[in-house]
Amino acid sequence: MTDQRSQAEIVRQSLKRRYRKERRFRAYGILAIGVALSALVILFTDIIGKGYTGFMKTSVTMEVSLDGDMMYLDDPTDSRQLKMADFVEPLVQALIKELPSATEQDRDDVRGLINPYASVTLRDALKENPDWLNTTRTMTFLSHTDVDVYVKHAGDAAYSIKLNDQQKAWADELLERGVIETSFNDTFFSGGDSRDPSKAGILGAIVGSLLTMFVTLILSFPIGVAAAIYLEEFAPQNKFTDFIEVNINNLAAVPSIIFGLLGLAVFINLFGMPRSVPVVGGLVLTLMTLPTIIISSRAAIKSVPPSIREAAEGVGASKMQVVLHHVLPLAMPGMLTGSIIGMAQALGETAPLLLIGMVAFIVDVPGGFFDSATVLPVQVFLWAGSPELAFIERASAAIMVLLTFLISMNALAIWMRKRLERRW
Amino acid sequence: MIKLNKTLATVALAGSVVAMSMPAMARDTISIVGSSTVYPFATVVAERFGTKTDFRTPKLESTGSGGGMKLFCQGIGTQHPDITNASRRMKASEYELCQKNGVSDITEFRIGSDGIVIASSKDAQNLELSLEQLFLALGSKVPVDGEWVANPNKSWSDVDSSLPNKPIRVMGPPPTSGTRDSFNELALAAGCDALPEAESLSKDDHKAICESVREDGAFIEAGENDNLIVQKLIGDTDMYGVFGYSFLEENADRLQAATLNGMVPTAEAIAADEYPVARSLFFYVKQAHVGVIPGIQEYVDEFTSNAAMGQNGYLKNVGLIVPPRDQLMNLMDKAENMPKLALEELK
Repeated sequence: MTDQRSQAEIVRQSLKRRYRKERRFRAYGILAIGVALSALVILFTDIIGKGYTGFMKTSVTMEVSLDGDMMYLDDPTDSRQLKMADFVEPLVQALIKELPSATEQDRDDVRGLINPYASVTLRDALKENPDWLNTTRTMTFLSHTDVDVYVKHAGDAAYSIKLNDQQKAWADELLERGVIETSFNDTFFSGGDSRDPSKAGILGAIVGSLLTMFVTLILSFPIGVAAAIYLEEFAPQNKFTDFIEVNINNLAAVPSIIFGLLGLAVFINLFGMPRSVPVVGGLVLTLMTLPTIIISSRAAIKSVPPSIREAAEGVGASKMQVVLHHVLPLAMPGMLTGSIIGMAQALGETAPLLLIGMVAFIVDVPGGFFDSATVLPVQVFLWAGSPELAFIERASAAIMVLLTFLISMNALAIWMRKRLERRW
Repeated sequence: MIKLNKTLATVALAGSVVAMSMPAMARDTISIVGSSTVYPFATVVAERFGTKTDFRTPKLESTGSGGGMKLFCQGIGTQHPDITNASRRMKASEYELCQKNGVSDITEFRIGSDGIVIASSKDAQNLELSLEQLFLALGSKVPVDGEWVANPNKSWSDVDSSLPNKPIRVMGPPPTSGTRDSFNELALAAGCDALPEAESLSKDDHKAICESVREDGAFIEAGENDNLIVQKLIGDTDMYGVFGYSFLEENADRLQAATLNGMVPTAEAIAADEYPVARSLFFYVKQAHVGVIPGIQEYVDEFTSNAAMGQNGYLKNVGLIVPPRDQLMNLMDKAENMPKLALEELK
């Protein structure tokens, strides 16, 4: 009796300490989540804070007199004349007209307000509409990147303003009159890469990513699922299959750059495929994603209860019928989820692409699997390393686009798991 | 379920078709590889070339000078690049590799210069260094009483009393970078050679001692991203940074550059080779590809044109230190005649 009481006593005495321990343990957990969340919040505020201005562009709208004599042009359909014509002069004259305080002598400063590629825009417009010659048109051009930076970031210590005082005064004046405007940056979504930050866009990178991902999906999904089915349903349990299983797990942990080296050695040097093309990128990423897909597909097949197989076999189904009619449809949601996560991983990959030449400056939007292309994360990498400060916001904006893709892919995976997966 | 079966088979078939149909295709885009220092200039030329002419815009890979040479010299054929950029001259060994692989006719273009600067925030105390002092501050081993010992200098004033009494902390590029190679060769080795103790070093020791940066934390490797160094310098007035001149120019209102041997890094001083840490930039053209891959001749013409490299050219706006007019005329002649590079020129 006394013994028991003393035991209760001991428990009661230690109770306080145990509660304290429990509270501390919970506090550690909350702290861990807090650290992870705050890192995420810092990351997002930094990227969004830096990048939202990347979705805005600064443009100049003015009346341009398309005077043939001024441009040395009398037939815009003649490609030889187009090459020799001066498309800068009408722009400079139009802007001087907009600025009462500017004279002929200020032409260099005035020219510094318009994008260097505005003359190309003008040329292309005339090429398309030859009848515009010798008329006056209201046209919109991109502003010079220096103006863009000044309008968006005047007073921001992270940016340096390269306009001189006269140009700043003009920019302010034009901004007030609505000649210079900031609007949604459609150029960013409709153009390829450029060394001029105002003209740079991510369409080329998005198309490149889609082409590469298509090759990856079409190769890695069937191969991965077939391998998983064989290993799970047909392969005998012996040392050899154990060996394969261990190696598949090892492959999943191999650093991705190794797959790039493999791709360079096999696809490019041995098979003689071209560098920088989505096909080779897709093949390399297939190798990288395969283990992930095989492992998740095997897990999905394993989770189909044996009773279903036994029931099917019981009514006389062959092994193949069991697999194709019953196991595979039931395991499909899990397989798809694993594949989507694998694809999301591949979408964010740059390292293996470095070696096969997809880290490159490519202006033209790729039109096929054998066109030179780059991908979204590579575009971010290239812009982040550029000396022009205006690329910082473009890089952050591109990160946001990439994150949107990744988050929607992961959301799709979660939704499919919730909606389609059956539990027993 | 038969439907599923069929779908699977179709997908697998489509996959194998994509994998098998690997045509040895002709290429209509110029492929350029090489130095990351030349990359910002060559990309601008490529883009202008693409908008100005009917040719496709060349594709540029930034592989580093050495990596570019390796790819360039691998052989002739559409899978190999047509042009390689370099922030140093082609080495004799690389020339021989090219010859061995059948790339016999190469034309060299020296396209201007780049300087390496030691910069700090405008709020920091500017340095006025001699190359010798720079070596004593950043070399891995320095002579003390005639003996080469691990660098004991903790602050700039330990090197020379005229320098600020601040800890030596310098951020710079990693060893994989061409900028680091040039910095080691042009700045550190030159400073080392100015010391009387360097004369007695054997050739191997000279390379090991004079061209190595200290690794005790005073020199901080910052990765290839020079923007990161600039950001760090603005936040920390005790920090100095090593990078290319174009980054100094882009941030001219916030950064100042240390003088080296009394020279301020200006475009003029670098072009005239008066600033001690200046190097030439090059590109090399594979002659066997001219006329096969469309547009190479026209691209070279664009690069060497007055509009690009003249005194008011667009390359000057992006930070290239353009060659003087007579050298540019030479380049234009070269573009026209495409003379073959000989091994003797490189030795």
